[in-house]
Amino acid sequence: MIELKNISKTFHDRKTKVDALKNINIEINEGEIFGIIGFSGAGKSTLLRIINLLEEPTSGEVSINGRNLLTLKERELRNVRKKIGIIFQQFHLLSSYNVFDNVAEILRMNGVSKQEINKKVKDLLLLVGLEDKANQYPANLSGGQKQRVGIARALAMDPDILLCDEATSALDPKTTDSILKLLLDINKKLGLTIVLITHEMDVIKKVCDRVAVMEKGEIVEQGTVLDIFSNPVQETTNHFVGNVYENMITEEMLSALRGDDPSYILRLAFRGDSALDPVLSEVASSYSVTSNIVHGSITYLKGTPLGILFVHLSGDADKLKQAISYLEEKVYRVEVIREISGKPKEVLV
Amino acid sequence: MLDRMDELAPLFGISLYETLVMVIVSLVIATIIGIPLGVLLVVTRPNHLYPNKWIFQLLNTIVNIIRSLPFIILMLAIIPFTELIVGTSIGIRGAIVPLIVYIAPYIARLVETAFLEVNYGIIEAYRGMGASRFQIVIRIMLREARPGILLCMTIALIGLIGATAMAGVIGAGGLGDLALRYGYQQWDLPVMFGTVIILIVLVQIIQSLGNYFAKKLKMSA
Repeated sequence: MIELKNISKTFHDRKTKVDALKNINIEINEGEIFGIIGFSGAGKSTLLRIINLLEEPTSGEVSINGRNLLTLKERELRNVRKKIGIIFQQFHLLSSYNVFDNVAEILRMNGVSKQEINKKVKDLLLLVGLEDKANQYPANLSGGQKQRVGIARALAMDPDILLCDEATSALDPKTTDSILKLLLDINKKLGLTIVLITHEMDVIKKVCDRVAVMEKGEIVEQGTVLDIFSNPVQETTNHFVGNVYENMITEEMLSALRGDDPSYILRLAFRGDSALDPVLSEVASSYSVTSNIVHGSITYLKGTPLGILFVHLSGDADKLKQAISYLEEKVYRVEVIREISGKPKEVLV
Repeated sequence: MLDRMDELAPLFGISLYETLVMVIVSLVIATIIGIPLGVLLVVTRPNHLYPNKWIFQLLNTIVNIIRSLPFIILMLAIIPFTELIVGTSIGIRGAIVPLIVYIAPYIARLVETAFLEVNYGIIEAYRGMGASRFQIVIRIMLREARPGILLCMTIALIGLIGATAMAGVIGAGGLGDLALRYGYQQWDLPVMFGTVIILIVLVQIIQSLGNYFAKKLKMSA
């Protein structure tokens, strides 16, 4: 539904030239929640703004439902934009309007009748849970409530797409959860396609179907959230996934694990539906290798559990290879993190 | 002073009336010119809604030039222009033209500041929702800037009262003229201090009203 092809964006200063985006390719499907994660300065905000052309790419193509937005005249572009809602980290509400008018103003601009506006705004405030705050001014609302007004306003024109620019970054964890729940809710109820950018992996985990990881203006990795979590490849991705082995597997640990036999440290990813205990004991008994759990964690991706285990496997070299290929069959993802050779036979201390 | 009340009261009355006429007429016209000018000074900036380097530079330069002249010099310097517009360079009519020329760029600058206070994120939000640039200026920016604009107008109004007093030099009438002719030329101190008191009271009232309404606008509506 949204297609970004070879998008590049260069900002020119008086003297310097900054490549904010480099050859970005993304395809976002209808009805999905697509996340873009990256550190600040990675270019994700610029990328989000390119989707509704608040920022024009230096080169590339932006298409929505097969229509290239860059060829549209201003009036046509405005009509496309009406179907793309946007919410912001800093909310950007009108301070001189109350909650009702904040939502209603964009409808008034589009000549919607008074009765329709009344009904529409009431429905929207009900949807975001602010039906009793219609007459309040933004200054009297909490951050979470302001973002709810932002969401109601963004939904006023019945958009097909909702862009979220760090929408929860200014909120505390509890409020963040409630806003994310609301986003999931409207994604389901209204079939809305949501594109969100964030620097918090937690946000991606809780709501996104697919994710792109950005670094220095480039997408270094993209895929389903499950894939990215069960098998992160790039360093940045590993960082976001909280999968930094270096901190976990220390030199001391390695030397302690070194035995007479060669051994491996494996990273196993289990999806919610696969049981994990039998697999390890089966491996131990049928291949006569010993297995030790070094580290384990469970993450919930949009409610579905993903188990990550770091396992130390030691035994005869050939048996080990067979054991690993058995695991590869049974377990969702298997990755060899470290290979530890056995102690040399003749040891001179 | 009190024993001369019968003589002085009508004098002060007429002068106050003349001052108010000059202030109100020139303020209204200068506002009509100054607010759009202030808006243009914001929206023609680079990366704003209607970026246009030439218009911005032109307006910016004009405003700067006029703003660098003290009123008394400006008033005398544009006498030919004043005569062209209203046919005379003296009296209330002769004073209103330079007052407008003086205060309109002042209002423009103040409005510019009030407009720049409007968070660009809000403008971007409405652009993102498909509002036209014109709608954003009229319905979003002007409205959000209202409290700031009102405070600007208060400051402009007080500056304008000061300028009308100087217009007494070209026989414009009003409180300045009164202070000049009676207070200075005849050294009539009661008249001088009477004028001072009236001016103080006038400015106090205007500032208080301005603050009050700006606060009201900011809190609601």
